[in-house]
Amino acid sequence: MPHRTFFAFILPSILAMALFITLPIISVVVQSLFVQHEAVLITVENCTPFGCETQTRVDTEAMAKLQEERPLGQFAGFANYFNRNHLALSEIASILSDNQGIGDIVGRVFNLPFYKALSFTLVYCFLVTPLAMALGFAIALAVNTLPRLLKGPTIFVSILPMIITPLVGSLILAWMFNPTGILGASLQSLTGDPTLSLRASPVLTWIVLLAYGVWTNGPFSFVVFYAGLQTVPQDTVESAKIDGASRWEVIRHVIIPHLAPLATFVALVQLMDNFRVFEPIVGFSAEANATSLSWLVFNDLVGQDSQLFGSAAATSVITIIGVLMLVAPVLRRTWRDFTQKAV
Amino acid sequence: MKFTKTFAAGAVSLAALIAGTAAFADCGIQGAGSVRILSNDFEALRIVNDVATSCATAAVTVTANATAEHKNIQGPALTVNPAEYSVAVVANNSIVPLLNEDLIRPLDDLVAKYGQSLQPNQLIKIDGKVMAIAFMGNGQHMFYRKDILEKAGVAVPTSYEEVLVAAQKIKDAGLMDYPLAASDKPGWDLAAEFVNMYLGTGADFFAPGSAELAIDNENGRKVLETMRAMTGFMNPDYLTYDANELNKIWDAGSVAIMSQWGSLAGAATDPATANADIAANTAFAAAPTIGGGTIPAAALWWDGFSIAKNISDADAEVSFQAMVKGISPETVAAHPHAATWLVAGYEPGPAAVGVIGNATGGARAYPMQPYMGLLHTALSAELADFIAGKEEADQALADVKAAYDTAAKEGGFLK
Repeated sequence: MPHRTFFAFILPSILAMALFITLPIISVVVQSLFVQHEAVLITVENCTPFGCETQTRVDTEAMAKLQEERPLGQFAGFANYFNRNHLALSEIASILSDNQGIGDIVGRVFNLPFYKALSFTLVYCFLVTPLAMALGFAIALAVNTLPRLLKGPTIFVSILPMIITPLVGSLILAWMFNPTGILGASLQSLTGDPTLSLRASPVLTWIVLLAYGVWTNGPFSFVVFYAGLQTVPQDTVESAKIDGASRWEVIRHVIIPHLAPLATFVALVQLMDNFRVFEPIVGFSAEANATSLSWLVFNDLVGQDSQLFGSAAATSVITIIGVLMLVAPVLRRTWRDFTQKAV
Repeated sequence: MKFTKTFAAGAVSLAALIAGTAAFADCGIQGAGSVRILSNDFEALRIVNDVATSCATAAVTVTANATAEHKNIQGPALTVNPAEYSVAVVANNSIVPLLNEDLIRPLDDLVAKYGQSLQPNQLIKIDGKVMAIAFMGNGQHMFYRKDILEKAGVAVPTSYEEVLVAAQKIKDAGLMDYPLAASDKPGWDLAAEFVNMYLGTGADFFAPGSAELAIDNENGRKVLETMRAMTGFMNPDYLTYDANELNKIWDAGSVAIMSQWGSLAGAATDPATANADIAANTAFAAAPTIGGGTIPAAALWWDGFSIAKNISDADAEVSFQAMVKGISPETVAAHPHAATWLVAGYEPGPAAVGVIGNATGGARAYPMQPYMGLLHTALSAELADFIAGKEEADQALADVKAAYDTAAKEGGFLK
């Protein structure tokens, strides 16, 4: 295909990407470098049905003037990135210079909101991704051996978790894990512990969230791997069997190597997805025990009375950098394979 | 969502037109224009919205959007010119961002022209100018089960210390394992619990006239200590309960004393929705005092309406008239139990006992300082570890201060 034709085809897509992806990212980066104007406060008397009180309020006229001069607010450089609610550099420095051993350091660092969120985000990312891929692969192998008649319904049931909206899925599971819900109550009676609640302790909450993650992410791996299984060369499989290979050996030495490139693709997509974990935290009301980077952004922007755009933007940029760091090794490998093949 | 609301509003006005002689068909609105209401979503506000929408005529269109997301929508929606909504129904806290951004207009001239049915205490005056018209009071207060307290042989507690004693007795008597409940879910609810109790100590959140935080003191520690002690008598899932969830577990009969919103008191005793046995034994009282204080440890809230700045004067005039009709004494007379109305002629019913008790007990209003929202946010995230039992009060207060200072610097309130 001539370059001109290629560009003519790809141009609309490039334009759309610039408009809907690149520009917003640039605006977020710019926003993250600013804080709001210094508020001009005046003391006034406020009267409500419950009496009058002397309180401060913002002098809106003075603020409107400031806003007009510099609409983005005050330039703050990287202050938003380094303050306590994000990377907390000075807090980390003081923890490292004055502490009582490693336990104390860990405890105090993970008390900082960003690192607390990061710890859950990373654990979720690195446990859910491989477990969900393993689950998806196992389902794909199982479905592949089913008689034709059963395949359709089984596939449908298997991809249900992916079809359900994540928030709805997490709410359904949250209700089932409620102590009065079917799973919560069964667990209580099985363990004989009437006070057992999966939502009360951090460890159990994390386990439930991880289990949800595997449940909801498994079908994606399943679909991709199932499609991949249809392309496994039957000649190789049959010759392996004639050579006396067991079913496990066929999987280990024929199917897995064949699906390896697909696994790289699935891992890439899943890592990026899981790094942005958000819905289960809200669905399970797990904010007390687990927060994620996306939840921090959400918390800065909604649900309260004032919005912190600079702070939210800084967390977003850090999230983007985090995703890039996560997928860098996989991307590098893909690039190497690509260049090697080209040679 | 918005479409269906608009559609419903249209249907209501159509029905009014067809009926011709319907009581609300002609509200006597002078002028022509459009009324577009944005409000929170609970029963009393829906009633006000319905009455206002019934005022629609050929010259006046009225639409209403009642949504729990109103706080997130109102800023952007009122910033555009002309504003998406002409009326924003607000409360102590949600009016602050609108004042900070200068998005609502003074109402003095409209009050003089069309506000004959309003009472002086309904006028929310900021720096001498009327910025909103309040029509109902609200607040968190005590819900208790008469039967359980009677069986345990305890009087209705009036302080948090007595609440803890009562809880112990109920537990000892084997009546309930988890007699207490509060909306301790990290987020807005948890922070509101702290704010309520801290107001009850009589202390201020900020150093006078500045944005400097002042809760790291004996009062702050007393509040946290009390909150922690209460959790000992709560269902282990207390970290996941918000206000709406509380009404469900109350209805299930598993709680004897809880702190809950006055606006949900009607639903807890409504024979149409509530469990009859529980509803019959549900009673209300003012919020308890704390640490030897003399006032109920709960914030007083008002709900009222404000008129957007970025709309035409004609729209502002019809909007004001439609809302005055919506909160008129006739509306209140038709729905006396829906809320603790602040409107002329309102006789408090049994569901209003708690909020009235708070107000007559001298409870303080939720602060309207421009940086209060930042403190609320800091509390909502940083108290989670404490209430989950993972850190101590000193650490929690230090964390709140650090988080608040960071946010207040970004918000331009602290240097």
